Amino acid sequence: MSPEQHGEQHFGIAIVGSGPGGLSAAARAAFHDRESGAVTPSYVLLEGFSAHAKTIQQYQKGKHVMAEPGFLDLRSDFGFREGTRESILDGWSASLAENTVNIRYGAEVTRISQENHVFTLHTADGGRLTADNVVLGIGTAGNPRKLGVPGENLLLVQYQLDDPDEYRGETIVVVGAGDAAIENALGLSKQNRVIIVNRGAEFSRAKEGNLNAVLAAINNPSLPFDCLYESNVKEVVETPDAKTPLAVTFNTPEGEKTIDCHRLIARLGGVPPRKFVESIGVTFPNDKPDAIPELSRTYETNVPGLYIIGALAGYPLIKQAMNQGYDVVEFIRGNLIKPADHPLLEYQFHCMPFLRDADDVLAMFQQRIPMFRQLNALAFRELLIESNVMVAYPAGPLLVEAQAKLKALQAQLADRNPRPRTPRLIREGDYLYRAGEYAASFFTIIEGEVQVEEDGYSRTLERGQFFGESSLISGRPRIDSARAGASCILIETPRRTMVKLLSSNEEVRAGVDWIFVVRELRRQFAPEAEFTDLREIALACPIRQYRAGEALYAQNDPGDVMHLVRRGSVTLTRAVAGGPETLVAELRSGELVGQMALMGDAVRRETAVASVATETIEIDRRNFLALMNKRGARVESLQRKVSQRLLTISEMEVRQESGNLMRFLMNQGLGEATDTLIINESLCVGCDNCEKACAETHGGISRLNRSAGATFARIHVPVSCRHCEHPHCMKDCPPNALQRAVNGEVFISDACIGCGNCEKNCPYGVIKLAYEAPKKPGLLQWILFGIGSGPGEEAGYQPSKSAKEKGKRAVKCDACMNRRGGAACVAACPTGAAQRLSPEQFIDLLG
Amino acid sequence: MFENILRYRSARYFWWSLALVLVCVGIYVTHGRAEPPNGGTWQGYTLGTVGALLIVWLTWLGVRKRRYGGGVGSVQGWTSAHVYLGTACLVIGSLHSALQFGWNVHTLAYVLMCLVIFSGFFGLYVYVNYPRVLSDNRLGGNRESLFGELFELNERGLALARRCSVQVQQAVNSAIERTVVGGGVWAQLSGADHSRIETEPGKLIPHPDQQLAIDTIASLIPRSEKAQEVVALEELLSVLCRRQTILRRLRHDIRMQGWLQVWLYVHVPVTIALIGALIVHIVTTFFYW
Repeated sequence: MSPEQHGEQHFGIAIVGSGPGGLSAAARAAFHDRESGAVTPSYVLLEGFSAHAKTIQQYQKGKHVMAEPGFLDLRSDFGFREGTRESILDGWSASLAENTVNIRYGAEVTRISQENHVFTLHTADGGRLTADNVVLGIGTAGNPRKLGVPGENLLLVQYQLDDPDEYRGETIVVVGAGDAAIENALGLSKQNRVIIVNRGAEFSRAKEGNLNAVLAAINNPSLPFDCLYESNVKEVVETPDAKTPLAVTFNTPEGEKTIDCHRLIARLGGVPPRKFVESIGVTFPNDKPDAIPELSRTYETNVPGLYIIGALAGYPLIKQAMNQGYDVVEFIRGNLIKPADHPLLEYQFHCMPFLRDADDVLAMFQQRIPMFRQLNALAFRELLIESNVMVAYPAGPLLVEAQAKLKALQAQLADRNPRPRTPRLIREGDYLYRAGEYAASFFTIIEGEVQVEEDGYSRTLERGQFFGESSLISGRPRIDSARAGASCILIETPRRTMVKLLSSNEEVRAGVDWIFVVRELRRQFAPEAEFTDLREIALACPIRQYRAGEALYAQNDPGDVMHLVRRGSVTLTRAVAGGPETLVAELRSGELVGQMALMGDAVRRETAVASVATETIEIDRRNFLALMNKRGARVESLQRKVSQRLLTISEMEVRQESGNLMRFLMNQGLGEATDTLIINESLCVGCDNCEKACAETHGGISRLNRSAGATFARIHVPVSCRHCEHPHCMKDCPPNALQRAVNGEVFISDACIGCGNCEKNCPYGVIKLAYEAPKKPGLLQWILFGIGSGPGEEAGYQPSKSAKEKGKRAVKCDACMNRRGGAACVAACPTGAAQRLSPEQFIDLLG
Repeated sequence: MFENILRYRSARYFWWSLALVLVCVGIYVTHGRAEPPNGGTWQGYTLGTVGALLIVWLTWLGVRKRRYGGGVGSVQGWTSAHVYLGTACLVIGSLHSALQFGWNVHTLAYVLMCLVIFSGFFGLYVYVNYPRVLSDNRLGGNRESLFGELFELNERGLALARRCSVQVQQAVNSAIERTVVGGGVWAQLSGADHSRIETEPGKLIPHPDQQLAIDTIASLIPRSEKAQEVVALEELLSVLCRRQTILRRLRHDIRMQGWLQVWLYVHVPVTIALIGALIVHIVTTFFYW
């Protein structure tokens, strides 16, 4: 019996979600229907919301939407160019009508089941339809969690607040106790009466700043801001009263209570789409929140006929999603076209010493790296597109010829802005990186060999091996130097891509971890040991993870293991009987913690606490002894280091004030800092020349706030970027605009799309979104005609129309990486109060 | 790591300035018996030229400070040199004048130069000494956090007062309402407290340091007959005392910060006047040559 006979409509393709990917897929399907002259559409586009592209609809008015990555061509029946939110949405509306796309609004898909290769899609309104193939383009934001009570779908019950200033003089009920609810409630309370409803007895999920602000607002008798604790909504009904059109009934500890109001805003978080996707049978590689389902080259999941595209497939940018929408429909139709990013691969492979099709080269590369063999083809392809391909030639005619070839390609791509990635040609013997450089890229050897030099030891790495993992994991500068060997071909993968891969692929993570541990053990304990000698020991040493504030061990505990810090930082504190606890040491990656337990003293003399998120390699007695028995074990140097450590600990123990200052610095998050602006308040006259210099050298916008921030013992940590070892801001940047320079500066490139993720992710509040500031007038114009603001003067400007059109972009300190003479804030300080310090210099602060 | 401007690079510019002064004294003592030392001898001209160039260079600090894009040396180095060479200028100017004074533009230039240098000494004193005091006074916060705390205490004080008698309510309301922080230049620099309080309707009296309100509340506590009110009054007393401390800190902060800035309002305009006088001095000298 065919599905139609059940009274259900059947389609070839059901596309779920009308975001950029879904729209593009539907447009492609519509194109084929037109071509074939189909009378009824062979596809359907299902959208739960009342309009297409919900996420973009919810952007603030006039928001500028970028079209990153610039070097990728758009392949879609719908247009897309960078522009305002309105221009993009209007364009798509027009295309929807023009292409007579079969879209159903308000059709929220709640369940998808599969039987005999036919999918049945159930919608929230009780509808059902069937399809041979399903394309999921539902993004990662998830649907907002609803109230789950009668009246949850009323017009005046909202699950989103775009602009709190839109409402004035209303009584508004805000349901929820998270940051979104609190921020909405506080924003509304300036011109409305607000009642915030908290299911619990306190705001335990909120950020500290929001917690303080909401409690202050509740306790402020002059503000019309109330809170119902331990209460939840029972029902919402519309009233005939035009003044207060809603009546909300609550269950409170004192019984039922009804409040008349103008609207209800529920901020109960989102329902992540993962559960929904898993319910269809799709498997994820691991339980990490950012894990991406495994997909084939054609975006097909492990459930045959079910395809995933866009952000949910790990491609957060609009253009990528649109290209995939186009491609996925072609793939479903059996037309295995080359994806839109195929030319990018061809450019990458342009200077290979052999001629082959890009897809073959790709397959060969993957085959040559044991660790990547298990990776699915799509993930490896993405990895390569985001990586640099490096090809080494011996100095001479071959290199000259390759350079000429590369030059010709670059000339051909010259008018493309930004220019697609082309291979990097290197000379055999050239350094790939040197010890001390800040870079966290990861290298894999496809062909030839590489020399890695460290501490006077030189080792040769060969085809299939990788290196550079140490900085990737620790976030610290390179500890070794690498040189290109004879005829080598390398892939240099940027940190972000690698981090994404490590979190989504268990095999790759385990492989990298294992090699990391082997190399780290060799470095610390047995530099002459053979790699194979250390394999077993490395597998027997577990990696431990600690949250900020978690203890590795406590004073007076018996100790039987030592830790080698591999990322983060650990503070040691010691308490003397009856006395206060004193901070006696701060240890970072590459340093040993608690080694005395295995070197003569079985009782812990200090408490070790992770000051930021930290990972250690745990080494027990058996493994330690095994390491010490290796040829050339570093017994002497270990003993010397222990003596030195004990000496500094004893010194610090009697200097309580130094310990307190160090503890303050750690509390400010400097345990993960690499370059911090510190102001000595006993020298600072408060002239703000540092801020002025910052603004003057960075397009009129200061990236530091001198007076804000905490102070202890006259040492002030202003609100300014500290260039973290593992920058939180880099975590979630769609166009990969956040970068780290070789000297460690974390900066934002021109690719920024102003999404605000970095601002949200930075725990230190040092990133802000700002419009471009107007250009400063020349000195003469300012002196003679009083135009604009003078040097160092507060600009006090209104953003220009063109700046507003361009939209806000994220701005942050770049440590003046391109400025001769170092950081402008420090160079401009007339009294020497401002200095930038590396963690090694913190100890000098203690005097 | 942190050095103040006097100790900058082991007081490098102190030694430079000392050397310059010694050379200038050396030139001065070569005056023969034939002519008494004065600005018109070759020694006088040399010293005058050195002095005038020095003044121009010292003034250039204002420009260098605003060259945020960079320039020779650090601004701190320039400031350190500015202090020492500025001091040297006092000696060089005096040697150039040979202490011959009169009611003329030449002496005017000398007097203006002295004014600039002595105002600079004052500035140096506050720059070196006040930041430490300021930092300690702020207790690890900043002026905004002190104001924030004050506003919070105001709210709490007003709320507590509402739970007490009308008399208390009026006293606290008017004390808080008529608290003055800052004010005109002199009020800021002296830290004067122009707060007032309304003791009877329409009768305003000065209310320095919020003492009267505090004393009134303290005296009411043992006399109150309602247990509820006693609790509120005790709490109120603690709020007002805390508020008094915050106000003292704020005034101290404003006063210190004021002195850190105000001397520049003498130093800079007088420097401009000095440059003017210097030009006239030089031109007239050549005119009468």
